[in-house]
Amino acid sequence: MSGHGKGHGGLGAYFAVFAALMVLTALTVWAAYQHLGIWNTPLALTIATTKAALVALIFMHLKDSPKLTAMVVGSSILFLAFLLFVTASDYLTRRWIPIYFR
Amino acid sequence: MASSTPAAPAAPPELRHHFASLEAQKEASSLGMWIFLVTEVLFFGGMFTAYAIYRETYRHAFEGASNLLDLRLGAFNTVVLIVSSLTMALAVWASQQGRTRLLGLFLVLTMTLGTTFLVVKYFEYAHKFENHEVPGPHFVVPLDEATHQLLPRQSEMFFSLYFCMTGLHALHMIIGIGLLLWLLRKALRGDFTVRYNTPVDMVGLYWHFVDIVWIFLFPLLYLLGRHTL
Repeated sequence: MSGHGKGHGGLGAYFAVFAALMVLTALTVWAAYQHLGIWNTPLALTIATTKAALVALIFMHLKDSPKLTAMVVGSSILFLAFLLFVTASDYLTRRWIPIYFR
Repeated sequence: MASSTPAAPAAPPELRHHFASLEAQKEASSLGMWIFLVTEVLFFGGMFTAYAIYRETYRHAFEGASNLLDLRLGAFNTVVLIVSSLTMALAVWASQQGRTRLLGLFLVLTMTLGTTFLVVKYFEYAHKFENHEVPGPHFVVPLDEATHQLLPRQSEMFFSLYFCMTGLHALHMIIGIGLLLWLLRKALRGDFTVRYNTPVDMVGLYWHFVDIVWIFLFPLLYLLGRHTL
């Protein structure tokens, strides 16, 4: 909230994030029991990513960090996406070509 | 050395000579810590990738094996870690305010919560050993809680990943508690002031990162098969 979260402005945000994390934890447990077909996992990952973003932005002060820090964090997400995407593009597409079944 | 500028104020003792100012020093520490965390993301990322591939390949085995984890203990530990992240954030805040006793209190609270997490994890692990659900020569293919039939053999793969991922996470927690003890000693010695509290901030970044790892581990390990029950 306050421009440079070094003062008292941070405290309210900390408790708000804490409450949000608790609610999202309850939500993800509840959602896991619902029959959502293929959407159970995407929903669980969306909630987890939201929680992680809250922790990074507020608890880890990423919101008030220099742009360079944001770039470093962005690079980790980018390379993690490469790792997942390139690996999945091999393993998860093998069955698309029927010859691999034999 | 600086005889030409005799009016220069004495540098604070915590400022290393190769930094122009405390702000520059803190910014360098922070950037270095974040870069370390990037390597950690990719370190854990390898395991998450392995998990994603095997879980898509052996979906039924993974969902069935996941249901054998104790959801109540997993959820309890999730809450414990979230509270510990709050107390860690408050510890960083207290150190920035120069409130040393409050800082000590929040460090002790964070450590206690971290230890609680590990104790719960110990009981979870012990239960898995008793049930022969630990991969290896004594592994016994478990029953599916939903259908009461034997799970596929690949349920062992789920438990391999479960122990690797939670074990690596627990190792990070143990290191984190060690770092908190180090911080507590420095705090009680009066090393931290309103001007200089970088170590508290850096350990805070590490602790929150370990919390983020668990935020992903919890739904991926404990919740993935609950909708089949």
